[in-house]
Amino acid sequence: MSAALDAAVLAPAVVMSLTESGRTTTGEAVLFWVIAPITVVAAFGLLFARKAVHAALSVVLVMISLAFLYVAQDAVFLGVVQVVVYTGAVMMLFLFVLMLVGVDASDSLVETIRGQRWIGWLAGIGLGVVLVSVVGRATWATPVGLAEANADSNPVGVARLVFGQHVFAFEVVGALLVTAALGALVLTHAERLTPRRGQRERAVARVRAGGPLTPLPAPGVYARSNAMDVPALGPDGRPLEQSVSRVLRVRGQAADSPGTLVPTTRPDGTVTLAPAGSAGDAGRRREVEARPDPTVGRDAAEAGSDAASDAASDAAAEGVRP
Amino acid sequence: MSALLGAVDAGLGTAANVPVTADFSQDNGWIWLLKAVALVAFLLTSVLIAIWFERRVVARMQVRPGPNVHGPLGLLQSLADAMKLLVKEDVTVRAADRLVYVLAPLIAVFCSLLTLAVIPFGPEVSIFGVLTPLQLTDFPVAVLYVLACASVGVYGLVLGGWASNSTYPLLGGVRSTAQVISYELAMGLSLVSVFLMSGSMSTSQIVDSQRPLWWALPLLPAFVLYVISMVGETNRLPFDLPEAEGELVGGYTTEYSSMKFAWFFLAEYINMLNVSAVATTLFLGGWRAPWPLSAIGDGVLNTGWWPVLWFLAKVWGFMFLFVWIRGSVLRFRYDQFMKLGWKVLIPAALAWVVCVAVVQGVRQFADVDLRTLLLAIAALFAVVFVVALALPEGRRPEPPRRRRDEPFDPFAGGFPVPPLPGQTLPPSPRKDRALAQTARPADGPETETPEVTR
Repeated sequence: MSAALDAAVLAPAVVMSLTESGRTTTGEAVLFWVIAPITVVAAFGLLFARKAVHAALSVVLVMISLAFLYVAQDAVFLGVVQVVVYTGAVMMLFLFVLMLVGVDASDSLVETIRGQRWIGWLAGIGLGVVLVSVVGRATWATPVGLAEANADSNPVGVARLVFGQHVFAFEVVGALLVTAALGALVLTHAERLTPRRGQRERAVARVRAGGPLTPLPAPGVYARSNAMDVPALGPDGRPLEQSVSRVLRVRGQAADSPGTLVPTTRPDGTVTLAPAGSAGDAGRRREVEARPDPTVGRDAAEAGSDAASDAASDAAAEGVRP
Repeated sequence: MSALLGAVDAGLGTAANVPVTADFSQDNGWIWLLKAVALVAFLLTSVLIAIWFERRVVARMQVRPGPNVHGPLGLLQSLADAMKLLVKEDVTVRAADRLVYVLAPLIAVFCSLLTLAVIPFGPEVSIFGVLTPLQLTDFPVAVLYVLACASVGVYGLVLGGWASNSTYPLLGGVRSTAQVISYELAMGLSLVSVFLMSGSMSTSQIVDSQRPLWWALPLLPAFVLYVISMVGETNRLPFDLPEAEGELVGGYTTEYSSMKFAWFFLAEYINMLNVSAVATTLFLGGWRAPWPLSAIGDGVLNTGWWPVLWFLAKVWGFMFLFVWIRGSVLRFRYDQFMKLGWKVLIPAALAWVVCVAVVQGVRQFADVDLRTLLLAIAALFAVVFVVALALPEGRRPEPPRRRRDEPFDPFAGGFPVPPLPGQTLPPSPRKDRALAQTARPADGPETETPEVTR
């Protein structure tokens, strides 16, 4: 908060002083007065936006506006790199986290770190002091001139400063960032307790479990109606219960398929088409269910747990509330 | 070999401390306007042609005719499609975040239009009596500007996915962020070696530094890395995960229709042209004529308006590559895609940059001839290779050998497998049963033993 206010208040003052001392061209001043209000509004947008993504967008706008100003002041490298690194990578990471986690205005704002406010105030004051000193050095020091600063092209000039004069600070910041990344890795690292189940292991388990290996048939295929709750008919004309969504079956909402015609063997041996659910068919179904389960055996326990977990994930995918 | 080394040396010799080679001193406002309008017109017509081109080439690869009804060879098909998109109903989802929803396609298109401003199409030509380079502008960090435009352009995809307020677009947007973060790193690192060799980040200077030899040859690993990551950057198959139609309906474009969808479409094709133009400029000598042509008439084909032809030919070569890849490679699974980015491309790019930097540093500070240096590196590799051969190999665990006399159990692994050479199938129980049945047909199914599965 204080940083944004500082920037909003200090920046015009700096430019005013520069204009008075005759070092800013008219074009640059016009550009500044176009971009500066946008930047300030965007900075306030960061503070007051209700949605986290809007706040992130405001930061993007601030960064791009600042990049324009840098380029106008002949700091081409700084301006472009700011967009590449901060807008393109850092803010993109922010957006990634925002979209993945779904930070909302309704989230709790309980302060979990003790003395958070005092630390915040201290850091804010520190930032303010740094900003004031930077502005002071820019305002009262004798300028070298852009032509001399950019004598060996802008990137080379920046490189001289970064890898010469400020190399220690640069390395310290690098170490800090590496430490932070390592800390995040250590905090989020979890030992794997079970062996990883890749595509191959899953395929093996599926074959072992003895269930259907192909995708289940869609409901209604070859049946009289292609509604969701009507079982498909197999090549032998019998309804395939598996083709109806498990949710419908559990809820008892699958069509009893009375209208489905299935081949039925009459007592006299002839085969005719009769509505499903008639006596012969029911008997046949019972017979089907009574057939020994091929999964019974050495891997029955594993297969059973596998099927259960699969069913649970199916149910989750279909949005079942128990 | 020595000719190649001499070429690299000469290329480095031209990389003086001049930030930008192209001379824009004679340009005036009209020339600028003319160039800018020409660039936009070029991009828009190229997109129309690119869509037709892609459909025709993919059709050819799939042995079918492709669009061939409207206009000669079906050339006007894209125009008809564009008209159709224009007059379609423009649906705005009610739950969408209106401002961002409308802004997203705009960001995608505008950022994609910016890139070609710094790409040189040719050397200095005379336009209405004004000598000017065939390039809108150039500055010391022009290639970084290209990267910046690309990275801001991805915000269009990401925000489009978020603003639709719908599940599949959101997933597409999240994938897009992850993709741009991981593939831009590899892309940027692969460009660094070009910067190191040509001593500049300005496009005209980089083209100038490739005078004897295109950087694609000495910097082949960087070129390969760039080509892979440019496909990832433009969300084209096999890396089109943000809009994977098999998994996410249409990804970030799911809730977009009419002109808003058309803008995403436009941005994707312009981006393809952009990355092709960048690859041409940085690795394939830009507008310079390929070797046998460049030797004709003391390089006359490298002057005037001729280079535009070579440049366009190279760009369309890359466009063909895009279509070819799309026609032959399947979409990656998401985790495979991320693994490729973080575990293969980025480490490889880092290692390559370090190699190039070490070679360049040694040459600059130790005053060693490039040939001696490369020979020394080759000798080092040879020594490492020989030592690796001489080292005793760690004992590998012996593969479990199956004994001959052990009966072969086809169900040992849980599912039936055919016998390997040297193994014989046990006699089938079904065969016995069939024989028994034919012998005693009267017994029927009552005495049939239950089917044995194992």
